[in-house]
Formats: sequence, structure tokens, C-alpha cells
Amino acid sequence: MSILVDKNTRLLVQGITGREGGFHSQRCMEYGTNIVAGVTPGRGGSLFQERVPVFNSVEQAVKETDANASLIFVPAAFASDAILEAADAGISLIACITEGIPVLDMVKVLRHLKGTPARLIGPNCPGLISPGGRCKVGIMPGDIHIPGRIGVVSRSGTLTYEAVSQLTHEGLGQSTCVGIGGDPLVGSSFVDILKLFQEDDETEAVVLIGEIGGTKEQEAAEYIKREFTKPVISLIVGQSAPPGRRMGHAGAIITGTAGRAEEKSRALAEAGAAIAPSPAEIGITAKKVLASKVSGRGKRG
Amino acid sequence: MKIHEYQAKKILSEFKIPVPKGDAASTPQEAREIAQRLGGGVVVKAQVHAGGRGKAGGVRVVSSAEEAKQFTASLLGKNLVTFQTGPQGVSVRQVLVEEAMDIEKELYLAILIDSQSLGPVIVASEAGGMEIEQVAARSPGKILQVQVDPVLGVQPFQGRKLTYGMGLKPELVRPITDLVSNLYQLFVAKDCSLAEINPLVVTKDGRLLALDAKLNFDDDALFRHGELRELQDTSQEDPLEVEAAKYDIQYIKLDGDVGCMVNGAGLAMATMDTTKKAGAEPANFLDVGGGADEQKISQAFKIILSDPKVKRILINIFGGILRCDVAARGIVTAAQEMGGVKVPIVVRMSGTNVKEGREILSSSALKVTLVNDLGEAAKAIKTSIG
Repeated sequence: MSILVDKNTRLLVQGITGREGGFHSQRCMEYGTNIVAGVTPGRGGSLFQERVPVFNSVEQAVKETDANASLIFVPAAFASDAILEAADAGISLIACITEGIPVLDMVKVLRHLKGTPARLIGPNCPGLISPGGRCKVGIMPGDIHIPGRIGVVSRSGTLTYEAVSQLTHEGLGQSTCVGIGGDPLVGSSFVDILKLFQEDDETEAVVLIGEIGGTKEQEAAEYIKREFTKPVISLIVGQSAPPGRRMGHAGAIITGTAGRAEEKSRALAEAGAAIAPSPAEIGITAKKVLASKVSGRGKRG
Repeated sequence: MKIHEYQAKKILSEFKIPVPKGDAASTPQEAREIAQRLGGGVVVKAQVHAGGRGKAGGVRVVSSAEEAKQFTASLLGKNLVTFQTGPQGVSVRQVLVEEAMDIEKELYLAILIDSQSLGPVIVASEAGGMEIEQVAARSPGKILQVQVDPVLGVQPFQGRKLTYGMGLKPELVRPITDLVSNLYQLFVAKDCSLAEINPLVVTKDGRLLALDAKLNFDDDALFRHGELRELQDTSQEDPLEVEAAKYDIQYIKLDGDVGCMVNGAGLAMATMDTTKKAGAEPANFLDVGGGADEQKISQAFKIILSDPKVKRILINIFGGILRCDVAARGIVTAAQEMGGVKVPIVVRMSGTNVKEGREILSSSALKVTLVNDLGEAAKAIKTSIG
């Protein structure tokens, strides 16, 4: 098992005929992902790579192919419309890679999605991958992953690859890796993903990678303390970032000092997470935590 | 994107939010004329993209047009150093000359996006005119937060909640509700990331007036706001940051001496943290972005080389979409075009086409220390400090 994506995922790609969309669709297919359709308005009727049918609308694509997940590569100015179109067509999992979507567009999209069964991952994210099911719905390099029992959830892209490659180097495979996205407003939070890992029998422990700004890590810490029964290994980056540069001035009123890396690490440590002492020690820390779990000293292990 | 106070006030006026009478001046003579028109007794305010102007000596109430001219002359062309600017300060090229007001009460009002409630939130306080962070720290009870439903906009009950919450008289319910509602419309129409009025004053004769204003805009939405782009003043920003923005490179200048070049914001911060752990200070944050090509890498590397403070360089590329060989070629090209590199370079490369990337670097004229992971990178930086 894994979460969100697996062998049964029937993927549709919005923006499949674009440069990035085409490149990454190809990589996903090589990895083993079952891409059943592409959507590019105006290009309906053609074939991608001589085998994937392209449609003018998501609705049509779903009707013809039973697609149940969508991966979005549409340019920022049109991406919020693409998300809404996917939700309207009944797609249950939408991963939006696009970066640079205006914040107020996302406010509307997220307000609308609340009333639908659709789950959005991102935007501005690398997507998600379940190595055991050979299903890659995103832009991450597939070959750094190995199947296993560690869940990974992160706000960033390349730092997630860094974490995964350290895990793989230690022989620790992954159940599912989810990049929730680096924007202030995203469809799924750490807590949303942790809840899924909690229910997933195949996931034994979770690596959570956070960064400065906002309070998503604290919300995760609260949830971990209250309900999460699996070991968590965490790293928060941005300790060396000057305060106030990324968070706007008034933004600091809401979060107070909570947006700082130390505050986030402290909240997670208090919730029982093992904090990696440096970005170079994510894999080692995970290995230690799992070893102690086996010997019976782990958290509720 | 940030704009000046006088520009923000013009936009507020367009949205029917009352501001003091006044105008911007770029010469002492202009300041004199505006002051004369306003009756002599005015406030002269330096226009810079930074807070803390009052304490830094950039704002003064004067009693005559002549005095306005003299004070303006003493500000223009100088660098104003506030607690937000760093020791080098920012240059003053314009002043705002405004009528002086008789103030009864100073309030705080802002609208911003709250990532927890996933929408806009109004922040207000009866303790205006001071730094809101300090109010939040000392008396959090004085800060009101009201979430706005994007479908509904600002509702009358929310106007009442804010008015009574700030301890204002019932007569002000209507003016406060209108003003907040107008500010919200501005916020949405202009794709703001922050719309702040501090202080919002109640005058002795009972009127509301935006005495100071700050508008920041969502950079990602500028494509649909040509009118806002025209307001940009790059003299207020670090020249290297302006140069980086031209190529869509995320770059923030810092005070250390280790130039960092990384792909991805999270990994860039991790690299800076690693640098700090090794006992050194990063000279910058630099994310070349997801789909960087050889030319963009080359531009990014040139920006780092142009910073005279940089004494060593740490490059960390995790190849995904960006291939390591492409990154390596960009680095070599930039070094050639800049006439070589005199400082030590540590390179960590991983992921797609890493072999080719490392080969390009080691067979070039550049002296690079190639490392395999972040741990080794930290050691190499430590060694370079000696």
C-alpha cells in the first residue's frame, strides 16, 4: 500500500502538449505511471507520443478514459482555471506543479474546493510518488527512490530529493513522497497528509521537511502530539535566513515569532519528533530512530 | 513589489479612502511651492521603501514654506538609514509634502492573506501609530482579526465588530465600515499582498484619514497590472537584486562571505544553514529556479561573482529538471566571461547527468573542490576558512 497514488491511478495531464508538460509526462510514463489522457484545449483528437489521446476538456477526457487523477502543467495565469475544471469533472486527486499562481486566485480556488470531494496537492510543488506502485505523478527524478516504509512530506522540491536520496543511501525505502508546495496557500497541509500516513499500514515512519514562514509546522506538531502514533523525523530549514525578508511585515503579527525555524523545530521536538541536527543528517537520523524503534525504545512503537 | 507612500495614497484616493492633501516633490523649490499652496504649516516626509523614517529623521513638521524647502534640501540625495534598511541606508529622491493634521486618535488597519484560514484577514488595533509587532507582543488583546469570505466581501457586522472592538464611538460605525470595505476592494482589485494604514487617524473634527499608507503587491499577479509596474522604483533596491530579478533569479543579498548558488528555495535555505553550521556566513540566498538553462545559471554565477564581499563559493545542484551538465557548462562559461575566478569554489552535484557535470568542471580551467554530499560540503567550507 501507499497513499494517494498507486497502480490503480489513471492519470490525466493538463497541459500535456506544452514543453514542460510533455517532457515530464514522458518521464512519468517511463517510470511506470499509467497516463490515460492528456488535455490541451484546441488540440483534442491528437495523440501524445503516438498513444495517449489528447482531449479538449477534462470532462471529455474523464468520460472517455475514466481518469481519476490529474497532473497540471498549465501556465500560472490559467492554472487556477485548470484546477477548477479538473474538480468540476469529478477528478479526486489534483496535483498542480505550476509556480507563480496569484495568491488571490488561489483564495478563490481553495474556497471553492472546500465544497467538492477533490483533493489538491500544491500548487508550486514537485508532485507525489509511490515507488512501490511505480507511480510517479510529478517532476521528481524517479531513480533516486526505492520502495519501502518511510513516508515523506515536504514544502519544497529539490530539498525533498535531497532527503529522499539520503534515505535511499541508508537503505530506507519510501512508501509515498508528497511535496505539498512552497506557496503560502496550498491545497493540502502537513496535517492532511499525516492523517493519510497514519491510516497507511505500509508507512512505518514519516520524514517531515518544513521551512520558515507561516504556522503549518506547528499545526503538524499539534496533530502529531494528539493523534499520530508513528515516529516522525523532521528538518526545518531557514535558520540562517534574515527575519522579515520573506514574511511581510504585517504577516509577522499573525504568526508572531512562530514563523522562525527554531520555534518550529521546538514545537515538533516537543511533539516527539526527532530533529535532524543538520540538512546533511536526515537519512542518518531516520536510521537511528528506526533502529531504536526495533529495539523497543521508540515512540509508542 | 513595494511602492512609495505618495503613490499608495494616490491609489487609496482612487478607492475613496480619505488621505491628507499634499503632493510629492523632487526638488526643494517644488516642496516650497506645495507647502505654500497648503498654507505653510506642513509635514515633510522622505519617500523611501522602508519603515522607521520618523525615528531616522526623515519626517518633520515645519511651520513655513521656506522651512519645508530647507528640510527637503537636507534630505534629497542623502541616504536614510532606518532600522529596516541596514547600515548603508536607502537613497531619498522625493519627499511628500502634506497638510499637518490635528489628531484625536491613532488606529491601525491592515489587510493581508492568512495562510491558516486560507484567505484575506483584516487586522485592526486601537494602538495605531507605533510598530504593530510591538503591540502584538506587549498587548495582544488590542489586536483584532476579522476573516473575510472572498465570496461575501466585508459585511456590515464586521464593520461594527471592528469599530466597537477599537473602542470607537457609534457614529464611526458607518465611516469605518465604508473605509474597510473600500480598502478590501482595493486589496482585491490591485492584487495586494499587504494593504496597511498606520496610523489611520480620527481627526479633532471627527473625520477618518489615512495618515500613512503602505501597499505591497503580489509579484505573481503583476502580469495583469501594467499600471503598477510603472510605479516601481529600483533605486530603492539592492542593484544585484535588481539585476537578478531581470533574469527571474531569486536572489537576496546578505552580509556573509560565502556566495551560495542552488536550485530550489528549500535546498538553498538548507545550503545556507549548512554554511552557517560550518562556522561561515552566507553572502546571499540564490535559487536559480526549476527550469533553469545554461544561460540562467551563467547569469546567476556572474551575480555572485559581482559581489565584492564574496570570499568563497558554495554551489549545490540537485539535478532533476535541471541537468548537472547544463549547470556545469553555465558555470564554466560565466567564469570565462568574467576573466576567471579568484576565490575557492566548492561544488556539490547530485542527480541527473552528475558524471558529465563533474567532468566538465574538473576538465575546465576552474579550480573547484568537488564533493559528494552536504556533509562533505560543510567540511570543505570549514577548510576554506582555515
